[in-house]
Amino acid sequence: MNPLNAEEVQSSLGQIRPRLLGFARLQLRSAAAAEDAVQDTLLAALEGASGFTGASSFQTWVFSILKNKIVDEIRRSSRTKADVDSESALDAAVSDLFDDRDHWAEIPSAWGDPHASLEQKRFWEVMDACLTNLPASPARAFMMREFLGLETTEICKELSISTTNCWVLLHRARIGLRECLDLRWFGGRAK
Amino acid sequence: MMSCRHATEMMSQGQDRRLSFGERVSLRVHLMICVGCRNTLNHFRFLRDAISSHPWKL
Repeated sequence: MNPLNAEEVQSSLGQIRPRLLGFARLQLRSAAAAEDAVQDTLLAALEGASGFTGASSFQTWVFSILKNKIVDEIRRSSRTKADVDSESALDAAVSDLFDDRDHWAEIPSAWGDPHASLEQKRFWEVMDACLTNLPASPARAFMMREFLGLETTEICKELSISTTNCWVLLHRARIGLRECLDLRWFGGRAK
Repeated sequence: MMSCRHATEMMSQGQDRRLSFGERVSLRVHLMICVGCRNTLNHFRFLRDAISSHPWKL
């Protein structure tokens, strides 16, 4: 196969730019910081594009550049008071789901056929709102795990946290998303 | 008997590491009698499927 030509590189980058931006916004929580990270990523991608023959491996590689830029940015910036407050709020919300013996205060209901929702545009708007509502740290850990497919050991290393802390973040993210989707999307439908 | 809170932690970790034999047995016993945790396990699995078909995904 021939290496991607300049035109293919341009069109490939143009195609994934909105996804890069969406991912960066969710991870960095700032439109300006996300814009910067994506700009840097696209520049680095243009420079390194010559080694690639297929658009799909090229795009995967571009996402890995963005991930590194995001991790650098997360390391540079310190946690704000808003981050800390939002994490305590999620902790409290998770605790409220259970009674004093740690059993369900309210038993979660089945969601029927949730996969049918994946076809609906409105579902993704709700999902993105739920992801954005999560505090930054659990949201980052969760998206690195599920969207980028990293192993927990890698996530811990990238975010400089312990493995146990990583599992705690992922658990909170999943519980928080479950609650949010239950409330804003599946609630009432499945019953 | 495992608490529901602990069961949700095991179900979450089960998506990130291989649970030990003991953990798997206690979780399975808990799931047999707890419909709330069975539903939650399905929800966690759905979350994984959903994100892997996210519109941003390549």
